Amino acid sequence: MMRHLISAADLTRDDAVLILDTTEEMARVSDRPIKKLPALRGRTICNLFFEDSTRTRISFEAAEKRLSADVINFAAKGSSVSKGESLKDTAQTLEAMGVDAVVIRHSASGAPYRLATSGWIDAPVINAGDGTHQHPTQALLDAFTMRRRLVGKDALGQDLAGKRITLVGDVLHSRVARSNVDLLHTLGAEVTLVAPPTLLPVGVEHWTCDVSYDLDAVLPKSDAVMMLRVQRERMNAAFFPTEREYSRRYGLDGERMAKMPEHGIVMHPGPMVRGMEITAEVADSDRCTVVEQVANGVHTRMAVLYLLLGGNEPAVSHARPTDSENK
Amino acid sequence: MDTQHPHHQQDQTHADAARPVLEGPDIARVLTRIAHEIVERAKGADDVVLLGIPTRGIFLAERLAVKLEGITGRKTPVGSLDITMYRDDLRMKPARALGRTEIPGEGIDGRLVVLVDDVLFSGRTIRAALDALGDIGRPRAVQLAVLVDRGHRELPIRADYVGKNLPTSLRETVKVQLAEEDGRDAVLLGVKQTAPAGEQ
Repeated sequence: MMRHLISAADLTRDDAVLILDTTEEMARVSDRPIKKLPALRGRTICNLFFEDSTRTRISFEAAEKRLSADVINFAAKGSSVSKGESLKDTAQTLEAMGVDAVVIRHSASGAPYRLATSGWIDAPVINAGDGTHQHPTQALLDAFTMRRRLVGKDALGQDLAGKRITLVGDVLHSRVARSNVDLLHTLGAEVTLVAPPTLLPVGVEHWTCDVSYDLDAVLPKSDAVMMLRVQRERMNAAFFPTEREYSRRYGLDGERMAKMPEHGIVMHPGPMVRGMEITAEVADSDRCTVVEQVANGVHTRMAVLYLLLGGNEPAVSHARPTDSENK
Repeated sequence: MDTQHPHHQQDQTHADAARPVLEGPDIARVLTRIAHEIVERAKGADDVVLLGIPTRGIFLAERLAVKLEGITGRKTPVGSLDITMYRDDLRMKPARALGRTEIPGEGIDGRLVVLVDDVLFSGRTIRAALDALGDIGRPRAVQLAVLVDRGHRELPIRADYVGKNLPTSLRETVKVQLAEEDGRDAVLLGVKQTAPAGEQ
C-alpha cells in the first residue's frame, strides 16, 4: 500500500474520481462562514519548497490550515540548504521533529520519489512539482475544473470520458503536461499535444496522447485548451527563432479562441505570460478558467490531504506500478 | 451512517437471519407521527430546518419535510449534514469518502434545527453532528429525530422524537432499509456474526 502521491500516473480511475468527488465536498466548505474542518487536527505537515513557487505553496498552506493541520513552511532560501545541507539530512531533521506528512517541491525530477522510498523519513510524501517530471495535484485540479465546466457541477462519480483536451506549448519542460496527460488518459479523455517539434520531448510518441504541430486544425474539436507557459528559466538553448514567431503560431488570441466550440474553455496552470502564449483578451475572457483553477486548487489539495492523512491508512489505494508494468 | 457498510455486506450474506421489526407501512405511520409531534412541540414549526445525516437520514428528512408540508401547508427547509470529518474515530479506520452537506438557503441561524438519522446507538454520531453544526451557524435550538433508538448510549445524548424504541443486545445488528437507497422500506434486526461491537 502506497501512502504517497508522487505521480498522477499512479492513480487508478476510481482513485482519481474519489479525489474529484471529495474535492466537490471540500469546495462547499468555502461557502461557509467558518472555513475550517477538524479532519487533520494535531497533525503536522511540512511544506518543503526547494524551488520558487507562489500559488502552489500558498494553495497547499491554505488547504492544510482549512483542515486544521499544523503547518511548517520550509523554503530552501535562507535555510541550511543554502549552507550545503543534503536532502537526506533535511529529511532526517524533519523526521526527528515528528512531521506527519511532507509536501515537497524540488527542481530535480525524482526528488519526491527518492524521499518517499529512501527510508530517510516515515511520513507520507506529496509531490508539489519535481523538475520536469510530475505535478499531480495540478493535474487533479485541472481535471476537477474540466469536470465542473464540461460535465457538470455535481457530476459525482463521473470521469472525463470522450472529452477532447488540447495542451499547447512548452511540453518539453512541463511537469504539468506530463501529469495531465497521465491523469486525463486515466479519466478517459482524449488528449492532443500541440507544440513546435523542438519543445516536444524525446519519446513523446509513446505517451498516451496525440501530437500535432498545427494549433488551428485542432482548436475546432477541443473541449478545453490548456496553454502552457514558455519556461524561459529552464531554456538554455534556442527552441524557437523569436517570441513573435512563437506567439503567432502557438499563442492563443481572440481570433483563434473563436474557432473553439461554444462550450470550450481556456485553461492555464499559471503563471501566465501575457502576450507570449496567451493574449490579454483571452486571459480576461469568461471562457478562461485561470482564477477558477486557483480556487479549485485549494479544494483539490484539501481532498488529497484528507484522503491520504484523514484515517489510519489512505483511502486512495493506488499502487505504484513495478518496473515490469511501466508503460 | 457510513459505518454501516460492513454491516450491510453482512446483512446481505445473512439476509434470511435478519428479522423485520418495522415494514414499509409502519415506517410511513411512524414518520407521520413524528411530523405531528414536531409541529406540536414547535408550535407550528415556522422556523424548523430539517437536516438529515447521510446516507439514510437524508431520505428520512426529505420524507418528514413532505409530511410537515402536508400538515402546515408551508414548505419546510430540508438539507443534509455530513459528519465524517467530525467523528471521534476518524483516526481508527481508513480515510472515508465524504457525504454531502447541503444547508438550505435560509441558513440555520436562529432556527430550530431538527437532526434526522436512522438509528440512534452510541450517540457518537450525534455528538459529531453537534460539532459540525457549530461550524455552520447558531441555531435557536437543536432537536433529534430518529427512526430507531436501539439503546447502548455512550454519551449523554437522547432523541426528542423516536420512531421505535428497540431494546437490543450488543450482539444484534439493526439495519434500516429505505426505498431510495435499498429498494424497499424495512428495519431489520439481525445477529452479528463477528465479535467486535462497533458503532452503528
